[in-house]
Amino acid sequence: MNAPVATTAPPPSTASGSLLSKLEIDVRMLGMLAALAVIWIGFDLLSGGVFLTPRNLWNLSVQTASVAIMATGMVLVIVTRNIDLSVGAILGVVGMIVGVAQVQWLPAYLGLEHPLTAPLVVLLALLVGGSIGLFQGWLIAYLGIPSFIVTLGGLLVWRGAAWWVTAGQTVAPMDGRFKAFGGGVEGALGATATWIIAAVACGLIVVGLGLSRRRRLSFGFPVRPGWADAVIAIVACGAVLSAAAIANAYPLPVGTARNWAEANGIPWPEGGLFIPHGVALPVLIAVMVGLAMTFIATRRRFGRYVFAIGGNPEAAELSGINTRWALMKVFGLMGLLCGISACISTARLNAATNAAGTLDELYVIASAVIGGTSLAGGIGTIAGAMLGALVMQSLQSGMVLLGVDTPLQNIVVGAVLVLAVWVDGLYRRRIK
Amino acid sequence: MQANGTTPLVEMRNISIAFGGIKAVDDVSIDLRPGEVVGLLGHNGAGKSTLIKILSGAYKPDAGEIYVNGERADISTPRDAKRYGIETIYQTLALADNIDAAGNIFLGREVLTPYGTLDDAAMEAETRKVMARLNPHFRRFKEPVKALSGGQRQSVAIARAIYFNARVLIMDEPTAALGPAETQQVADLVLQLKKEGIGIFLISHDIHDVFGLADRVSVMKNGKLVGSASVQDVTQDEVLGMIILGKCPPGATPGPGADRTSHPEERSGS
Repeated sequence: MNAPVATTAPPPSTASGSLLSKLEIDVRMLGMLAALAVIWIGFDLLSGGVFLTPRNLWNLSVQTASVAIMATGMVLVIVTRNIDLSVGAILGVVGMIVGVAQVQWLPAYLGLEHPLTAPLVVLLALLVGGSIGLFQGWLIAYLGIPSFIVTLGGLLVWRGAAWWVTAGQTVAPMDGRFKAFGGGVEGALGATATWIIAAVACGLIVVGLGLSRRRRLSFGFPVRPGWADAVIAIVACGAVLSAAAIANAYPLPVGTARNWAEANGIPWPEGGLFIPHGVALPVLIAVMVGLAMTFIATRRRFGRYVFAIGGNPEAAELSGINTRWALMKVFGLMGLLCGISACISTARLNAATNAAGTLDELYVIASAVIGGTSLAGGIGTIAGAMLGALVMQSLQSGMVLLGVDTPLQNIVVGAVLVLAVWVDGLYRRRIK
Repeated sequence: MQANGTTPLVEMRNISIAFGGIKAVDDVSIDLRPGEVVGLLGHNGAGKSTLIKILSGAYKPDAGEIYVNGERADISTPRDAKRYGIETIYQTLALADNIDAAGNIFLGREVLTPYGTLDDAAMEAETRKVMARLNPHFRRFKEPVKALSGGQRQSVAIARAIYFNARVLIMDEPTAALGPAETQQVADLVLQLKKEGIGIFLISHDIHDVFGLADRVSVMKNGKLVGSASVQDVTQDEVLGMIILGKCPPGATPGPGADRTSHPEERSGS
């Protein structure tokens, strides 16, 4: 490797100073990206080039959002050596409440399609979801009931409560502005906004890398070689810009585009108009949630405590950490994220049904585990879990595309979950 | 030595605690003066660690009082103990294995940036300083402590205890898992901290360890205090007799746990 000389001494622990260690890249994460690439390319070949199209990738991103958001919270839950089996049911009950609130309760005061309806119901969703989570967290942390039992009970209780809200009736349609949370045409942000967001993201990546480098240098710590930081910046920005380009390469359907053109007084040309979707609102929300959760997990005291509790609960207690309060907050956060996901799935379906989120707990837990979260506690990353969610969703939608029967889909997803955890275990044992 | 007039740094008076009807610690009183090393001896299960966990805030006693610098101290959580400058190096080390050295040393007392985020760089810098003093060869600042050797983990646990200007240091079996060279390092550290005026409770079941370092010893048996003595006033065999038989020699001040029935001639071993 004819790399430029590192600015400081190489880390003494690694013998050869290989490319990966210079870049300080998580090898496990790289493995997951490779697995994702294999899945994507495999499905693309099998489906005759239908999988890797802007349209399919755009749909895939929207389908992943809800589970990915909940998976970020599940990481923290599992890191503390707990589990939450109730997330799907919480999503269900919050979804019902959100639906009834915007179709029956709020219109009684505000009228239909009031601009305040969407913000108010989202607030309500966060409030209800967070409260349910905090309540379950209180049972677990302060009453000492095992999380498995509390949330297993919660699974039944909240699913039952979801039915109770309307005695099983489906509520539809949703408020026009609220529907944006589900993606679709209403929730597509358009080309300009997408490029602006991508540019801002690239700027933040570069500034963030620079700041962290400067901070380490100011303390005289070893830093990555300059070229390595540059490579990371280029790859990260490249990924952001390609994602934006893909989202912008998927045009609105002809009918919708024509309506839009008419509404904006633009003449309809002969060959039709190419109006890009741009990134979908739920995907943007998922990415922001991922960033916020990563920030909480790695940069905040609370996150440090969560990992300490998972690594050694007794040590955390002896360090003076209020472990019970921290645990209660973890479950509160989980409930809050279920509230966000409830908005997204309800909006996407354009209806609130008491079956929404059924089996989501399994997908959410599987995403976190495929993403490298250890059920023994103490280990896991937010980004890994979101990637895990994307892997699961890719498998599923790829099989739908190929016309695989639902039972076989479940068999494959289940087998992949077990396989992924086995491979992860092998990897962990090898690096020890 | 006992009655030299200085206020004890720490005094535990008539401490009792029971777990499920079993008195793990029964009416025990011990004290510690500045710059003094007190060895706390006894068999496994004698109640040493339990007594010390009361002082470090991990357990709340059923009865008894704790005085710090002559004033009544209310210690019910580990945080309280730390506020009084009482730091503990636990036998298990109590490290979070998945977190790096700096994260462990500052656990519960993190350095924050003005924005309320963890100031990892500052914590790492401080860690490098304190580790340079304890273990100059330590380099693995970025790795979780799980990856460290026994001696390195021990240094991290010690660093955590002494970094925050401890006035009272509790060392629970500090050398149990260490080799001879590392044991010597710990002994040097104890003497150095003693010179700085820190009071140290040294808990061990190995009396050779303790005799070399301690000024006084207190012996516990079945949750009770057998007695306390200056190391000059008793022989190792006599202390062994205290540990094994609960027999208090003439050079020691007997506690409630001393064997009052005077047997004719009893020898300990040999």
